[in-house]
Amino acid sequence: MLSRGEQGPPPLLTLEDVGRAFDVSRPWLNRVIEGTPRQLLHAVDGVSFEVRKGETFALVGESGCGKSTIARLIVGLYAPSRGRIEFDGVRISDPETRVATAKLRRRMQMIFQDPYASLNPRWRVRDIVAEPIRVLGLAADQAEITSRVGVLLKQVGLAPEDGDKYPHEFSGGQRQRISIARALSGSPDFLVCDEPTSALDVSVQAQILNLMTELQSRLGLTYLFISHNLAVVSHVADRIGVMYLGRLVEIADAEELFARPKHPYTRMLLDAVPDLEMSGRQRTPVAGEVPNPLSPPTGCAFHPRCPQANERCKTERPNLIWRAEVASACHAVEENRI
Amino acid sequence: MNLRALWGHDVTYSFRRSPVAVGAAMMTVVCIGGALLAPWLAPQNPFDPSALDLNQAFMPPAWVAPAEARYLLGTDDQGRDILSTIMYGARISLGVGVAAVLFALVLGVTLGLLSGYLGGRLDAFIMRVADIQLSFPAILIALLVDGVARVALPADSHGEIAIPVLIFAIGISGWVQYARTVRGSTLVEKNKEYVQAARVIGRSPLAIMLRHVLPNVMGPVLVIGTIHIATAIITEATLSFLGVGVPPTRPSLGTLIRIGNEFLLSGEWWITLFPGIALVTLVLSVNLLGDWLRDALNPRLR
Repeated sequence: MLSRGEQGPPPLLTLEDVGRAFDVSRPWLNRVIEGTPRQLLHAVDGVSFEVRKGETFALVGESGCGKSTIARLIVGLYAPSRGRIEFDGVRISDPETRVATAKLRRRMQMIFQDPYASLNPRWRVRDIVAEPIRVLGLAADQAEITSRVGVLLKQVGLAPEDGDKYPHEFSGGQRQRISIARALSGSPDFLVCDEPTSALDVSVQAQILNLMTELQSRLGLTYLFISHNLAVVSHVADRIGVMYLGRLVEIADAEELFARPKHPYTRMLLDAVPDLEMSGRQRTPVAGEVPNPLSPPTGCAFHPRCPQANERCKTERPNLIWRAEVASACHAVEENRI
Repeated sequence: MNLRALWGHDVTYSFRRSPVAVGAAMMTVVCIGGALLAPWLAPQNPFDPSALDLNQAFMPPAWVAPAEARYLLGTDDQGRDILSTIMYGARISLGVGVAAVLFALVLGVTLGLLSGYLGGRLDAFIMRVADIQLSFPAILIALLVDGVARVALPADSHGEIAIPVLIFAIGISGWVQYARTVRGSTLVEKNKEYVQAARVIGRSPLAIMLRHVLPNVMGPVLVIGTIHIATAIITEATLSFLGVGVPPTRPSLGTLIRIGNEFLLSGEWWITLFPGIALVTLVLSVNLLGDWLRDALNPRLR
């Protein structure tokens, strides 16, 4: 089911039916006294996709739809509750194989959302950037570390002398550059970018995105780019996966998705994007609210907000179905109702 | 080092602008200097029997007749110069106080860091022990530990080990506040993205705790530590006043106050008053310094 109809370069990262549930129960004593059962929050519920070598795969969706959880599952900050994650053909999601796959994990790094929290305030920038080099043993001596850090800082548009400073001496955009330099210093080929620009000013966002695109073509990087901002995604993504309440509802090439969105949720998101051409098109605001993920709707999770929903949508959960290069999880699309 | 680089400028400025802080610092320096340099500064070695003269016992302070000028603050029942005993006593008091705080700090920070970062059963266990200990007054725990040690250890070794036992007793009664503070800050820090970044890089939990989390949770600990020194000195003085603290051969300020207390009603007030003033001065100045440090390091109060 997964890669039906897909062509192109081989996948670098494959997720198959990955799920992660969080235990959000009240403490044991409260549960016993109040007689309430354990409560699980399915942040990610059966997600399958692949990221091909050299591309930028973007995950979009509203807050709380599980985008960041997927990022943390991939880099190993969380262990998946079910499913498998493969990197370069090797399964990395098993706790038993953690040690064996440590070498593989070095090839992936992460860029975080908040540049004010992602750098240790007590460390000098050169130590922050050098940490992966030191931990992974990539340099022979201090002189080599210093020169590599200098090169990395230059690569992201900072001066080697900036290494002597502390993070608080930099602006948000500069901090994100430091964050990128740190991610690159372990010489990864895959970067997970968790909303790397959403904490930045719009003018700085463009600079960071350009930097990331430039680094991608220069170093042959593969990106998993997570964002809630469709404008940003249209700027960088080759392929896009749209998430809703822990599930993927649509996967398509970027151009295809923006030109001919299939899933009603994708259509709703795109209708809400303001257009700079001032075409006079009436914007349709996103209707309704995201349901409580603790008790998701039956059937298709989107049906309470969906204009196309019928009885089948309320009872039967749609699967992601590939048609040519586009996958969507929608009964209406499958039945050619829309 | 990092701390100084980050806060140095602001802290120095705030220090200069605070007359209380400058005064407290000067008093502290005088107290600590007098204590540390006692063997060179004190007019007399009160623990050298050959220097003592029983004929000089109960001499009043220098400004009260029939005084001798060389005993500025008078002498006690054995002819010891009060000023000298205060300087030597402050040495013991400060030494025990600082050592007890260091012990409590290391123990508390270690347990708090483990508790906060690792969580789970270990966290629950450490915090319940802390809760239980907090339901007893610190002085009671110190008394208890001291009493157990006295019974458990051979009688002839009491003299040498009395001070280490005292340090342990005061230290163990004070670790909880460090552990709680550090645990709280660790819970905040460990969810910050720089810790996650270190985990993605592949750092071990121990390295993350020591190199990433610890430097970021030490600020409040230093403040608590400073104020705790004053509390520890008081606790030591209380124990010594009750006669369970330091051995009588090496009297601290608390011991001196207790000894003088016996002569208070017979008119020799200077034997207990001056050690008392010395204790209050020492504790007050350390406390004021700690208060200032707390305000200076607290970004919300500036």
